[in-house]
Amino acid sequence: MLAAGQGRRTLVCETDGSGHLGQLLEAGPLAFKGREVQPLLSAMTMNTEESLKEYLALQLKVPLLSRIGPLARAFDFIANAAPGVKEILTVGKLGWEVKEDHYDLVVVDAPATGHVVGQLRAPQAINELLSVGLVREQTGWLVDLLGDAAVTGVVVVTAPEEMPVVEALDLVGQLAADDVGAGTAAVVVNRVLPELFGRGEEVVFDRLCEPGNRGALQAAAGDAAGTVLDAARLAVTLRRNRAEHLSALRAGLDPSLPMLYVPELFARTHGVRALRQVADHLAEEL
Amino acid sequence: MNLEQLLAAKEIVVTCGSGGVGKTTTAAALGTLAATQLGGKVLVLTVDPARRLADAMGIGPLGNVAVQVRPEVFAAAGVEPRGELWAAMLDTKQSWDDLVERHAPDAATRDAILANPLYRNITSKFVQSHDYIAMERLYELHASGDYDLIVVDTPPSRNAIDFLEAPARMAEFFSSRFLRLLIAPARNRFVNVASRPFYTVADRILGSQFLEDIAEFFILFQSMYAGFVERAHAVERVLADRRTTFVVVTTLEASPVREAEFFVEALAAKHLHLGAVVLNKVLPGYLLDEDAATVAGRLRADGPAVAAAAGVQLGPAAEVGRVLAEVGDSFLNFQVVAKREAEQRAELSVGTEVVATVPYQDHDIVDLAGLVQLADHLRR
Repeated sequence: MLAAGQGRRTLVCETDGSGHLGQLLEAGPLAFKGREVQPLLSAMTMNTEESLKEYLALQLKVPLLSRIGPLARAFDFIANAAPGVKEILTVGKLGWEVKEDHYDLVVVDAPATGHVVGQLRAPQAINELLSVGLVREQTGWLVDLLGDAAVTGVVVVTAPEEMPVVEALDLVGQLAADDVGAGTAAVVVNRVLPELFGRGEEVVFDRLCEPGNRGALQAAAGDAAGTVLDAARLAVTLRRNRAEHLSALRAGLDPSLPMLYVPELFARTHGVRALRQVADHLAEEL
Repeated sequence: MNLEQLLAAKEIVVTCGSGGVGKTTTAAALGTLAATQLGGKVLVLTVDPARRLADAMGIGPLGNVAVQVRPEVFAAAGVEPRGELWAAMLDTKQSWDDLVERHAPDAATRDAILANPLYRNITSKFVQSHDYIAMERLYELHASGDYDLIVVDTPPSRNAIDFLEAPARMAEFFSSRFLRLLIAPARNRFVNVASRPFYTVADRILGSQFLEDIAEFFILFQSMYAGFVERAHAVERVLADRRTTFVVVTTLEASPVREAEFFVEALAAKHLHLGAVVLNKVLPGYLLDEDAATVAGRLRADGPAVAAAAGVQLGPAAEVGRVLAEVGDSFLNFQVVAKREAEQRAELSVGTEVVATVPYQDHDIVDLAGLVQLADHLRR
């Protein structure tokens, strides 16, 4: 959304078929074929079978649809039997959009941490598994594309909680391994809680919570003031707890790696309005 | 019926839900609950390599071999368990190797399979192989008769029901017509006219060498085919058995809730037993209090006036006013999230009477005492 707003032709792609992206963009169900959902912003959902068909039609010039018929039926089998085929069809399609210059920026919502490395590694793995064949011939340029830091970068998104931080550090480590190609471009920390109080203010807050002052506040503003203080105490504790995970993350990362923070959104919707807020925060951080 | 009764009535509990909702921790807490309150020999089988959980249970790095949580760890947490708590982690590669070991007709076939590059690729990278092997291990552990209760969390899948279908798909995979089609040219050079286009296209795409590699691999595997398919069906039967139950874990955010609903429906469609829904990391109910919201609004709008009225003298009046305004603002912010959660809760149709709510923990679980505390919430 941010890139499109800056005048760049942008494609955003969902790879897990969950339909979540379409809902967030409030654009209805997405298809394999990219559709412009906002000015300059197109969205699509990955479908490896469609990707194979497109690939056959474009690259191999397979002439007869009838030949695709049995192949499509065999597709699930081949994709299951030969690891990397589904991955290569995903990465290949997106790489192709870049190579053909259909878009200035292609943003991919990759699958869960455990799977994304497999996807990025696929072209290289295929190169090793296949000695000949048209797929083999097609993977060379993909390896180059993914390996070029000026073209491809992985943005690792995490949250200031225990497991997400462990996984993010693990992923950054795996991406640094030579055979993956693409490296980490930035780390985005989502759902960072705001610092409630400035210097010295927390002392005031602590004293406000003492029984005498709490009582005085309840007498002046109503009994429910106690509840409001409890909620603030919870917010302070949560913030402190997350800050520890944030420090662990920072300590585990190369200091030169950009880290961007997106605050916890206290918003009512999950739709375009929420997306706009995230985009604005990212713009500020960038 | 509550969760404790559910655990007492079942032999296998499978926790499921989307990533990041606290599935593994919930599984560990359910195991702790059973071991402390019900007795018997309880195993928590996790697919999650988070070291912190193993540390919390006072056991070293987890592997395929189950390790018992020592009595002194329970003592340190201030509880006297009625039973034993064991934990193991799923090691995908080791489990596959064990499976091959068990089904291979002879040592030569076993070694050939273990050395096959395609085998190694499939077992380490093929996502569905994790799903299958998790269910397979579960079956094996259950069949061993070593445990009264096994609590297992499920691998993060692209799709939450993938692992449920894994045994059926694995059986289908090994008895597939296309498998025979692929193996055919290697076994018998005669290829009939009808299937020739298939080979032509497959050849052009993948290269004949690769096709031969696949064929070789599956010919090796075929010797184990019968055992494999039979086993996959046995795994399926165990999942559908009335001694097995599923616990769906979710937070009250929009997308995990949708995933949970999807899962509840999938279980019903497959006639599998939904035992409970655990709502995790739920914000405290007092955030919905309307009186508190009114007070918070006043604090936010006019903190200094409230400070003056209360007569609290804790430093510069402006500073106290500012703190009160922040306090009010924070309440209203969190109320927005709490309301969002309440809406999700209202919309979530769970299809089970057992719903446990676990409040947002303001600290991480670092020891068994933390798991015991969590178990207490699950009991309620």
